[in-house]
Amino acid sequence: MKKKVTATVISQKEISPGIYDLWLKTELAAYAHCGQFVGVYTGNDSRLLPRPISICEISDDWSAMRLVYRIAGKGTADISHLKEGDSVKILGVLGNGYEFIKIFGEDLSGAKDVVLMGGGIGIPPMLQTSKELSAHGIQHTVICGYRNADLFLNQDLAKYGTLHIATEDGSWGVKGNVLDVVAQKGIKTGVILACGPMPMLRAIKKYAESSKITAYISLEERMACGVGACLGCVCKTANKDEHSNVNNARICTDGPVFKSSEVMI
Amino acid sequence: MMNTSVNIAGIEFKNPVMSASGTFGSGVEYEEFFDLDLLGAVVTKGVSNIPWEGNPTPRIAETYGGMLNAIGLQNPGIDVFIKRDIPFLKRFNTNIIVNVCGKSVDDYIDVVERLSDEDVSMLEINVSCPNVKEGAIAFGQDPKALYNITSEIKKHAKQPVIMKLSPNVTDIALMAKTAEDAGADAVSLINTITGMKIDIERRSFVLANKTGGLSGPAIKPVAVRMVYQCAKAVKIPIIGMGGISNAEDAIEFLMAGATAVAVGAMNFVNPTAMPETICGIEEFMEKHGIDDINEIIGCVD
Repeated sequence: MKKKVTATVISQKEISPGIYDLWLKTELAAYAHCGQFVGVYTGNDSRLLPRPISICEISDDWSAMRLVYRIAGKGTADISHLKEGDSVKILGVLGNGYEFIKIFGEDLSGAKDVVLMGGGIGIPPMLQTSKELSAHGIQHTVICGYRNADLFLNQDLAKYGTLHIATEDGSWGVKGNVLDVVAQKGIKTGVILACGPMPMLRAIKKYAESSKITAYISLEERMACGVGACLGCVCKTANKDEHSNVNNARICTDGPVFKSSEVMI
Repeated sequence: MMNTSVNIAGIEFKNPVMSASGTFGSGVEYEEFFDLDLLGAVVTKGVSNIPWEGNPTPRIAETYGGMLNAIGLQNPGIDVFIKRDIPFLKRFNTNIIVNVCGKSVDDYIDVVERLSDEDVSMLEINVSCPNVKEGAIAFGQDPKALYNITSEIKKHAKQPVIMKLSPNVTDIALMAKTAEDAGADAVSLINTITGMKIDIERRSFVLANKTGGLSGPAIKPVAVRMVYQCAKAVKIPIIGMGGISNAEDAIEFLMAGATAVAVGAMNFVNPTAMPETICGIEEFMEKHGIDDINEIIGCVD
């Protein structure tokens, strides 16, 4: 279901430098699942477009959703000023997300050696993904890559899967990136679900191809409508896309999650 | 009984509000948000004779009170459009206006002819997209080229023809007059204003295409002025657009001389901007005792 609604801020705090943790009470939570996103309005008429922000967590009673985001510009800075009790307009629920039946099969029997990989501000959607996997009784590994020891969400993530951490500067866990963790710890990778910066996703696509495994990656692009109308946020696809009739898929609606072999990044 | 209907080239519109081409696809994506029956018309995204890939990304940049786009008229081509999009829109009780784009006069005619047996109300000819290198805007910036393409299309079109004009000209009234003289049944304006945004940290353009078309509330005063100038210059109806967010904006365009209005970028911001605009127009008419919407068209002098 897609709708523009007014949500109420339950809480907001900065959990790491420049990274904010926002809980919203919203009817949209009941329709959301892992890997999807919402468009958050800035409340400022000079900055009109909704900011696409991934869903980090959905409350157990499906009445609230958690957004963990980085201040990337003036719009997200506006959003970071929201306080408990404030109203904020959001558009959602957007995108396909990690669809377990499509990824693992009808009976989820393909869910073997599942590894979640989150890099930087791509870590938040891994929390709800991990939570939903455990709800299905699917054991999995979570690998998070951070810049440095300013970790976030690591305590939450440790609740549902086996957590490994990499830092670029080596100040915590494995020095390097998420794939360095796989190599160093000898982690078995059956299916990878990933979100993170483009270089990381490119490396995962390459890794999946060379190891002949399946990876689903979540992409990001500048968006306007968020609902598939404007064709602003396209990515190149290996095959002709059914909707566009050219080799372009819409990240907001056909994605943001794509099978890595289907996109040319 | 209040009348909100308007007539353009013999086509009746239940109300004067429609989508601006390129901001609404063929309506599929907005069906989830409201009943398309409410609209005066759906103006579809530009369609060419063969599929177009469009420009590289980033294609979108937000600007103060508006946005730049450089989609580059990505579209699935007329074959898919006829097979898929027209049947979808026929399910609704609203006019269908098909926006046509091309790189050469022959391209446009190809699409116009393919549409001749289709049950669509009108054709809107895009001679004003600033984001493709060949065709499009080239036909909309030179009066001779505009006259030529308009008269050629009129020879082949079975439906009434709207020429969509570019604001990126010195004298838009001259362009409107040229379209009228060449036989256009209506003009629509304004398309986007060519703009640019630079990322000062990266010292590069935000858009992969370097330039893009500016739309949104930031351009509204320019659009209102241009609609007014064209209304003074031509007798054919005008469809006004450029930064319309709500009923107040729409009424401004009607008073400036537009017979109908289109909502563009604001569909992205508020998916229900069009039905809200329609309701707001009715409320305005009621409040001011206006029985017929046509009373206020061009009423400013």
